[in-house]
Amino acid sequence: MPEQAATLTSQQKTTSRRPAGTLYRGREGMWSWVLHRITGVAIFFFLLVHILDTALVRVSPEAYNAVISSYQTPIMGLGETALVGAIVFHAFNGLRIILIDFWNAKYQKVMFYVVMALWVVTMLAFVPRHLINVFSH
Amino acid sequence: MTSTIEAPRSPYSRAPRSRGVNWEKWGWIYMRVSGVVLVVLIFGHLFVNLMVGEGVNALNFAFVAGKLTTPFWMVWDVLMLWLALIHGGNGMRTLVNDYATQRLTRGILKSAILAAVVILIVLGTLVVFTFDPCPAGAPADLLPTFCSAI
Repeated sequence: MPEQAATLTSQQKTTSRRPAGTLYRGREGMWSWVLHRITGVAIFFFLLVHILDTALVRVSPEAYNAVISSYQTPIMGLGETALVGAIVFHAFNGLRIILIDFWNAKYQKVMFYVVMALWVVTMLAFVPRHLINVFSH
Repeated sequence: MTSTIEAPRSPYSRAPRSRGVNWEKWGWIYMRVSGVVLVVLIFGHLFVNLMVGEGVNALNFAFVAGKLTTPFWMVWDVLMLWLALIHGGNGMRTLVNDYATQRLTRGILKSAILAAVVILIVLGTLVVFTFDPCPAGAPADLLPTFCSAI
């Protein structure tokens, strides 16, 4: 009987609410995948709107300028910052995916932190300059 | 549905593929090739439109007119349009395949994605190639400076 009790305990362990140690659940691989999907969807819907607003140059200068001036407000300025943040992450993580596929999957964790570091550096170059443009208008 | 269970320890073998083009493979390759090109195109697009000079505040009809009358930026923008929309549409298709469980829902969602991609590619390409930087009757102060020379 003690043997059976031990089996039950290990079963309880695997079905407990805390996830057991898996290869990538909850770790760098999962979060990079989640972020890649979320940023991808966000960029796609922005792209649809962005093509439509740019198409207004074919309607009239007034129509285009009216819509574009709404992009030059502080709230949209913050939105543009978020958009660029999403694009930069999606870009660098996409290059990481290509390196995993064609080079070496062994370095996927290290490369995730490289992606985050490059994201911080790129955003440090972009955000101050953009926000000064937005809020000094 | 019947399925045969192979003898234990028999080596793994893929189901033989029916002949024809492996579209999923080409989609997979497309995402990687277009992705690399898009990193260059979109980073350049963001740098020129948001970082140089006054950034977002400099954007208006005259600014876009200056770019869309330059062959370099016309090619740049059309490439970006086609590559990004197909890349995004294919990405959305992947999500629909992953999350929409019903066949009908998948069909409707993927048709909507395809329609959006095709309509916007046609619209965007037409805008770039039929663009008139100096439309008749428009106030001169909204137009690029080269219009007054005509």
